[in-house]
Amino acid sequence: MVQVSRHDIVIVGGGGAGLRAAIAAAEANPDLSIALVSKVYPMRSHTVSAEGGAAAIARDDDNEELHGFDTVKGSDFLGDQDVIEYFVENAPRELALLENWGCPWSRNEDGSVSTRAFGGMSTKRTWYATDKVGFHMLHALFQHSLRFDNIVRYDEFFVTKLLVEDGRCQGVAALEIRTGEFHAILGRSVILATGGAGKIFPFTTNGTIKTGDGMALAYQAGVALKDMEFVQYHPTGLPGTGILITEAARGEGGYLRNNKDERFLVDYDYGVGDKAELGPRDMVSRAIIQEFEAGRGFEGRYGKYCVVDLRHLGEKHIDAKLPFVRELAKIYIGVDPVHEYIPIRPVVHYMMGGVDTDINAATELPGLFAAGEVACASLNGANRLGSNSLTECLVFGAVAGRNAIEFAQGAGEGNSSALVSQAEEEAARVEALRGNGRGNEKIAGLRHEMNSTMEAGCGVYRMQESMQIAATETRSIRKRAADLHLKDSSRVFNTEIVSALELQNMVELAEVLAVSAAHRKESRGAHTCRDYPTRDDQSFLYHTLAHRTDDGPRLGRKEVKLGHWEPQERKY
Amino acid sequence: MAESKKMLRVEISRFDPDRDEVPKTQEYEIPVQDDWKVLDAINYIKDEVDPSISHRWSCRMAVCGSCGMMLNGEPKLTCKTPLSDYDETIKIEPLANFPIVRDLVVDMDGFMDKFRKVKPWIVRAKARAEDMEDLNEKGTFSQSPDQLATFKQFSMCINCLLCYAACPVIANEPEFIGPAAIALGHRYNLDSRDEGQAERNSIFRGEGTVFSCSFANECSEVCPKNVDPAAAVNQAKLAAVVDWAKGLVLPREGA
Repeated sequence: MVQVSRHDIVIVGGGGAGLRAAIAAAEANPDLSIALVSKVYPMRSHTVSAEGGAAAIARDDDNEELHGFDTVKGSDFLGDQDVIEYFVENAPRELALLENWGCPWSRNEDGSVSTRAFGGMSTKRTWYATDKVGFHMLHALFQHSLRFDNIVRYDEFFVTKLLVEDGRCQGVAALEIRTGEFHAILGRSVILATGGAGKIFPFTTNGTIKTGDGMALAYQAGVALKDMEFVQYHPTGLPGTGILITEAARGEGGYLRNNKDERFLVDYDYGVGDKAELGPRDMVSRAIIQEFEAGRGFEGRYGKYCVVDLRHLGEKHIDAKLPFVRELAKIYIGVDPVHEYIPIRPVVHYMMGGVDTDINAATELPGLFAAGEVACASLNGANRLGSNSLTECLVFGAVAGRNAIEFAQGAGEGNSSALVSQAEEEAARVEALRGNGRGNEKIAGLRHEMNSTMEAGCGVYRMQESMQIAATETRSIRKRAADLHLKDSSRVFNTEIVSALELQNMVELAEVLAVSAAHRKESRGAHTCRDYPTRDDQSFLYHTLAHRTDDGPRLGRKEVKLGHWEPQERKY
Repeated sequence: MAESKKMLRVEISRFDPDRDEVPKTQEYEIPVQDDWKVLDAINYIKDEVDPSISHRWSCRMAVCGSCGMMLNGEPKLTCKTPLSDYDETIKIEPLANFPIVRDLVVDMDGFMDKFRKVKPWIVRAKARAEDMEDLNEKGTFSQSPDQLATFKQFSMCINCLLCYAACPVIANEPEFIGPAAIALGHRYNLDSRDEGQAERNSIFRGEGTVFSCSFANECSEVCPKNVDPAAAVNQAKLAAVVDWAKGLVLPREGA
């Protein structure tokens, strides 16, 4: 038996983008009902872990041309310039709204909002609340959302399928984790805001919930994933755990050093010019790997590492601007950055790719919208600039919320019985998995195999051969993931079945990622091939699209929206 | 990571409402690594030994607030607590003072209701940002670093519920709104952008809120983020009384 509920729009995901979409929709029309469905309580969403800041023009020395060009250049000219222009224009308004809603932005003496420097940004335009920006933004959004009676939350519901009928998306099928019951949550439009998929990789800043569920839902519904080969390695994660040491550590003046105590971004030519530690993430991550290869890395129990040096900033400045960095370093690696170096290595942080969306946050499937990391609006192209993504959640979350409402108001109720019977079929599929007691594959074992395959094939530096191997292996892992062995047959809060469904989502995406990567025979942004070391605009200045088939992704192309910024060599 | 592994006995509280009348304890003997947190041990058991254990976790960096549990009887964030704090045996139970859903997972519904009750948002006479007065040309309120500092500490709560598990009042009076909710309401009362003090103080003067607190200070002792909810409760209590007294003198401003 499937429980049926009906709303005007259904939002999947309760992090920065999902909450912003919900608030935009709730404000647009208080008479409409908005379902906010999330596999965790909204304040647990991974937005909470973002540290350094959110970008938007704030100072007199800044303007839209500068923020726009920084973003285009950071994207290695794969960003869509219409989206980038819209983004930089609307970013300040969105961050000001967050201020109005209570976000405790750090302040200047005159009471205005303070900004800090960030990688690849030509001036101080990163708004911050010390170094817990995602935490404060998420809590401000969630708390503000509580004032709207027309936002109806489904906390700890795991969405397993998009319900599509008459060629449009009209709801979701979801497992209520606490009871084990299945639901058809119907709406006249649906927004995906489920975040990225860092857990495909072994070393990531991402929390365990970042399993790419929304990307997989869209892909399985026939919607294209775009530019999935572009994976951002953050230069500074803690070895072992992958816990993020924010780029703000460098924004506030921290240095990166090798085992010779050199500031290698200054002493060697890595193309970042006088930006030094404030170079863009893709370039700084490559520099660290090259330091390792040149024998200038430290050796530790989790492999090679370099270090962040904050000592010269002094205790007072560190405590004022980077208290969380100090706390994390002490707890998770046992060093106090006031006196000691913080060991770091590049670690998977963010997916530039995702569900193919446009400037309206719309997908190719009518009634389906997406925003935040799950989406690829092509704001970030081949490499995202630090602090653009929190703002992206707000700008395009709001766009998605407004456009989903508009779509819903123009759409009919649809055929409920057809939708419910789809949900019933889905319930039966998922139920067959619960405690199945057969199957030959262990969840954790297959997850480790997927992780090491992706690390070997789709790391910071890639080779044609290693990507091909990853593509072949991930295809086999995807097929094997249909044969999982589950032992927990209980109904209530069965996290084994959730892990199984998450893994099935991730293996689909791992394959798309590897296949997309293998096809792009050039180096652009975060996608760096040793055997094709230069950017090739002649052959590859386009977005990669991937549509699902049972035999693996079918690749296609989408034009990059150029504008007044002509592609040029990317040098800092 | 080839060094020899220490063995640890982990006792985990198990409960499935479909099968059990009361929670029971299950023991696991596992190899552990010296840099593990308690959460790593639970995840090891879930991955390698017994996949039927249910627990909540996500960020593993002490900011999402999911993984609070009782460790040898004390409420702790498992992702922050080193395993090396425990010799030979550790007992892991769900947070005290909450109904148990399953194994290490507790029912948060009551907390979520209490949380919303204190109106944890900026209250303005004109609620829409478009209509707010006193905004500068950039569309933001002016707030000095000193004004920010008055409430910043109370905005650091990650809703991990450890303070509820430690609170002796909640243990006897489950409807008590509790430390985190009071700290949050007080956080907005102290925010220079907010105009909701009268509304919240009137909530605070109601039953089961600030005046139920017995000053045990347990909440502040277990808080993993140094929010000091006990200080918030004290301050909120005083503010609620002062506000009420002002109401007697100046009836129009009272609650």
